[in-house]
Amino acid sequence: MLKFPIYLDNNATTPMDPRVLEAMLPYFTNHFGNAASRNHPFGWAAEEAVDYAREQIAALINCNPKELIFTSGATESDNLAIKGVFEMYASKGNHIITATTEHKAVLDTCKHIEKLGGQVTYLQVNSEGLIDLNELEAAITDKTILISIMYGNNEVGVIQPIREIGQIAKKHGVLFFSDATQAVGKIPVDVEADGIDIMAFSGHKMYGPKGVGALYVRRKNPRVKVTAQMDGGGHERGMRSGTLNVPGIVGLGKAAEICRTDMASDTARIIAMRDRLERELLQMEESYLNGNKESRLPHVSNISFKYVEGEGLMMGVKDIAVSSGSACTSASLEPSYVLKAMGMSDDLAHSSLRFGLSRFTTDEEVDYAISHVKEAVTKLRELSPLWEMFKEGIDLDSVEWAEH
Amino acid sequence: MAYSDKVIDHYSNPRNVGTLDKSKSNVGTGLVGAPECGDVMRLQIEVDENQVITDAKFKTFGCGSAIASSSLATEWLKGKTVDEALAIDNMEIVEELALPPVKIHCSVLAEDAIKSAINDYRVKNGLEPLVEAKAHH
Repeated sequence: MLKFPIYLDNNATTPMDPRVLEAMLPYFTNHFGNAASRNHPFGWAAEEAVDYAREQIAALINCNPKELIFTSGATESDNLAIKGVFEMYASKGNHIITATTEHKAVLDTCKHIEKLGGQVTYLQVNSEGLIDLNELEAAITDKTILISIMYGNNEVGVIQPIREIGQIAKKHGVLFFSDATQAVGKIPVDVEADGIDIMAFSGHKMYGPKGVGALYVRRKNPRVKVTAQMDGGGHERGMRSGTLNVPGIVGLGKAAEICRTDMASDTARIIAMRDRLERELLQMEESYLNGNKESRLPHVSNISFKYVEGEGLMMGVKDIAVSSGSACTSASLEPSYVLKAMGMSDDLAHSSLRFGLSRFTTDEEVDYAISHVKEAVTKLRELSPLWEMFKEGIDLDSVEWAEH
Repeated sequence: MAYSDKVIDHYSNPRNVGTLDKSKSNVGTGLVGAPECGDVMRLQIEVDENQVITDAKFKTFGCGSAIASSSLATEWLKGKTVDEALAIDNMEIVEELALPPVKIHCSVLAEDAIKSAINDYRVKNGLEPLVEAKAHH
């Protein structure tokens, strides 16, 4: 039985796994203690739960439990990593390298760093969304303190060559930070093998709760420190003050454990559904898959349906929740900066939809999405003057459009 | 953002979708917007010897509000004289469809499409183009 609306926007957020909720519940009521209360059993129970969560998360990303700093989510982790390194390593240099397709939490933090006198290099990506490793290496100077490159992209799912970046960073003695929000829990992430020094991720993208995330900060080879961005009680090894969100952390821990144990079976199922969705939708004339086809996350598919506008298309499939690279709602009318950074023309970027699958997505839901998206695209093309012109063989680039 | 019932109605059952023969001298065609802006409207009118619009057709690439604005415009145009059509203001479309502020540009585009179609008709019939389109700023 299909339940409407169908949720296919799992790169925005995932539903929480009921097993996660179950693990969290006692920590709102019975075990409400402050994990920093060292002198009574209420505090001990909370601290024990937090320590257990650290172990569950550490097992997922292959780090030491002590290397995890709990935060409110990936945005805070991104801020703490970049601003924290910029402050802590000021005597070494002031140059940061990142890429144009990073999440806004990284890009806007880098802009802030520039205002503080830092230097930031924004690497371009190719048409498939990948950075060029030679360009990365060439951008490193004796003032470079940090390389900040995301693991998997949130819009197109492209996975950057993380291990190679880690090796380049190590070779030049530069720290490597990765925003791995979309990758952790979805694909094997191993901070040792990948050579990552600092890594951000979040609970609610991996079937855990919102409002909790973590920052992995390497403790040896090299020992990394970030300057705290909030002053207070000196929690989390002095890098992030604030009473720990015990239920949230318990949830993040449980979510990590389930992702680790179920990853192989979840991924196989999700890939099969995603591939079927893509195969069917790409059968339509003038539809294109965006991003590298090989190096990418299993649960996302970004497709442009040429001559149809994304927001109009979303309205046509209103019982399916997806997102679009079009931004007709914003005053600027600017489409997705990620797709544009990949060299895509504005009109094709306006025509894109992002489908995000999860462990809860069913075959029936995918079938429904396939048939309704096809139907809506066909209907809107009947309505589209651009489609008519294309069918008449008119080159749309040769048309002088009235400005608007 | 929720769409109004009227926008949903026009989007789901668009009126007067289609193409008129633009080679005819009594057919005026307006093509406004640009693909890279995410909306393009083509609106056509057919005018009789009494300056009455006897038929109107549209095709639109854009969001639901853009489709609804142009669909509504064709409904309003039929039966009006060219002069009456020129008096249609985008704010009437905004009110009728209950468009939110971020979608006002859709109504502006529809008004432009009407004026552009009328201009095309005028120029074809040896008349001076009368009006400046609103969105040209």
